[in-house]
Amino acid sequence: MPSKTLSKERAPLELEAADKGASLWSDAWHRLAKNKLAIAGLWIVGGLSLLCFLGPLTRYLPAAIRPAGLSHSYEEQNLDARVTPPDARHWLGTDQLGRDLLSRVLFGGRVSLMVGLCATAVSLTIGVLYGAIAGYLGGKLDAIMMRIVDILYSLPLALFVILLMVLVKRSILLIFVAIGAVEWLTMARIVRGQVMSLKKQEFIEAAIALGLRKRRIILRHLIPNVLGPVIVYATLTVPGVMLLEAFLSFLGLGVQPPMSSWGSLIKEGADWMEDAPWILISAGTVFSLALFSLNFLGDGLRDALDVRAAKD
Amino acid sequence: MPLLQVENLRTYFHTRNGVVRAVNGVSFAIDKGETLGIVGESGSGKSVAGYSLLGLIPQPPGRIESGRAMFDGVDLLSCPRHALQKIRGKRISMIFQDPMTSLNPYLRIEDQLIEPLLIHDRIDRSVAMEMAMQMLKQVGIQDAATRIQCYPHEFSGGMRQRVMIAMALITRPDLLIADEPTTALDVTVQAQILELIKKMQNDLGMAVILISHDLGVVSGFCDRVLVMYAGRIMESAATDDLFYRPLHPYNQALQKSRPALQSKGAELYTIRGLPPDLSKPIAGCAFAPRCEHANDGCSLNEPELQELEPRHHTSCVRVQKGDLKLK
Repeated sequence: MPSKTLSKERAPLELEAADKGASLWSDAWHRLAKNKLAIAGLWIVGGLSLLCFLGPLTRYLPAAIRPAGLSHSYEEQNLDARVTPPDARHWLGTDQLGRDLLSRVLFGGRVSLMVGLCATAVSLTIGVLYGAIAGYLGGKLDAIMMRIVDILYSLPLALFVILLMVLVKRSILLIFVAIGAVEWLTMARIVRGQVMSLKKQEFIEAAIALGLRKRRIILRHLIPNVLGPVIVYATLTVPGVMLLEAFLSFLGLGVQPPMSSWGSLIKEGADWMEDAPWILISAGTVFSLALFSLNFLGDGLRDALDVRAAKD
Repeated sequence: MPLLQVENLRTYFHTRNGVVRAVNGVSFAIDKGETLGIVGESGSGKSVAGYSLLGLIPQPPGRIESGRAMFDGVDLLSCPRHALQKIRGKRISMIFQDPMTSLNPYLRIEDQLIEPLLIHDRIDRSVAMEMAMQMLKQVGIQDAATRIQCYPHEFSGGMRQRVMIAMALITRPDLLIADEPTTALDVTVQAQILELIKKMQNDLGMAVILISHDLGVVSGFCDRVLVMYAGRIMESAATDDLFYRPLHPYNQALQKSRPALQSKGAELYTIRGLPPDLSKPIAGCAFAPRCEHANDGCSLNEPELQELEPRHHTSCVRVQKGDLKLK
């Protein structure tokens, strides 16, 4: 990085902008902005999210300015138009009950993206706090906490989620929580490792010497310093979680009809592959696109934040 | 009554290779506004002694085995955690050796500077910011208003140490413990930082404990000096007495080893041998195996610090008995 004092002498006009202080975050952002794949991923994910969340709302627009293809409800059945290939009225065609596929894909996208984000947020919160506490306090508490993680790790987690979904009344909320609750383990390990090396650093010692309480040290000094690897791992968790949701929905354990998610649409599409290939093609394409984009974004972030290759 | 009175401090580390007696029975006192230097080679326990006072020793493996450190009626070594937390950063501050790693890289300077104020004085953020700005100017940072919004990595080493000093002194402490504050800086900056500490000491009237292995730094800076070796105090005296009238062979040998005092081309004086392994018990004087003047009596009993001349203590048994006259 060019030194700030130099630029100050040369260009007094730019002083204010340059002297505001460039955080490590803004540095990382500049590095990310140079990565074309990651930026493309960011745009695609952003665009898809916008489409999914705003697209279905367009049917409430006045009929005059509303595009014909976006005027359907995801659950409205039209038994006269079952299994029709894409046309001007149904841009992506309809399914076996005559429901408009485009609105189902968009609505399913909401569910999938929400599951991805919420479950990741749940796993993030639990994992970061758990890992930071275990790593910072250390000793016996750390040993106990990490053995618990080890035990949970050794359980087949997909099975655990399936069991949970079968036993308890299903709702979207439960899917968020169930997936989030099994995905935090790796996060906790990553954070613990980072915190253990950080807590030996002098600025933590300095913080103790300043009379800070443990809570403040963990929340204010340790966690911001581990956010780099955490963000990277989180962006890689989102597609993983979405895949897990799709897998559950594919087994019929995820969201229940008439609601849809990308996973349940892919299952439907697989059932109707021969008569209505457009279902599988459109749902599969959108889902893969989202997963690819998220993965590219995650990789880009990892390079930008310069952490040693995050292990899954 | 002294500001801080340390008695018989013992800090041991219980490691896999045995018990390392890093600080082994250290006693000293420091008055209000006084400057006390602690010198010694690496591993002599000088930093551990400083860390022990503020409860910064990682426990385990470390443990404070015995001792008292009375500060304003509170024993720092045995008081409850919350009482210690009220003292650290407020009445006793510390600056560390390496300014490059002592600041949190993800927080702006302003946030780190006002942190002690927010915690200890519970004052308004805007008032705290005003004080931080003032402090930053006082430690000689140009353009404080804009620099205060920068991140640590935008500062040079010397500047960061200035920020550290500002941070340590913003609560106007009674005592500053400076653990080798200039070791990681280059020579010209070293002098500036020491001058700054001196100036701040005059402004605020605080006492300073300067931990260093640099005899030159200590001689120009301190009122009184402790010489530590193998976790013990060998000699303590007013600075001039310590440098010109040593009463302990170790201190004398240290003085003789200073390159600056020797004529050009002459072979440098060195103390033969190595410091003892602190994980093994040492019988008698810790310096005896390397001492030119040692005799059989030196390894018999653990020596005690004795005041031979007013405020001049030595732990050398032979000097105490009067059968050894140095120089």
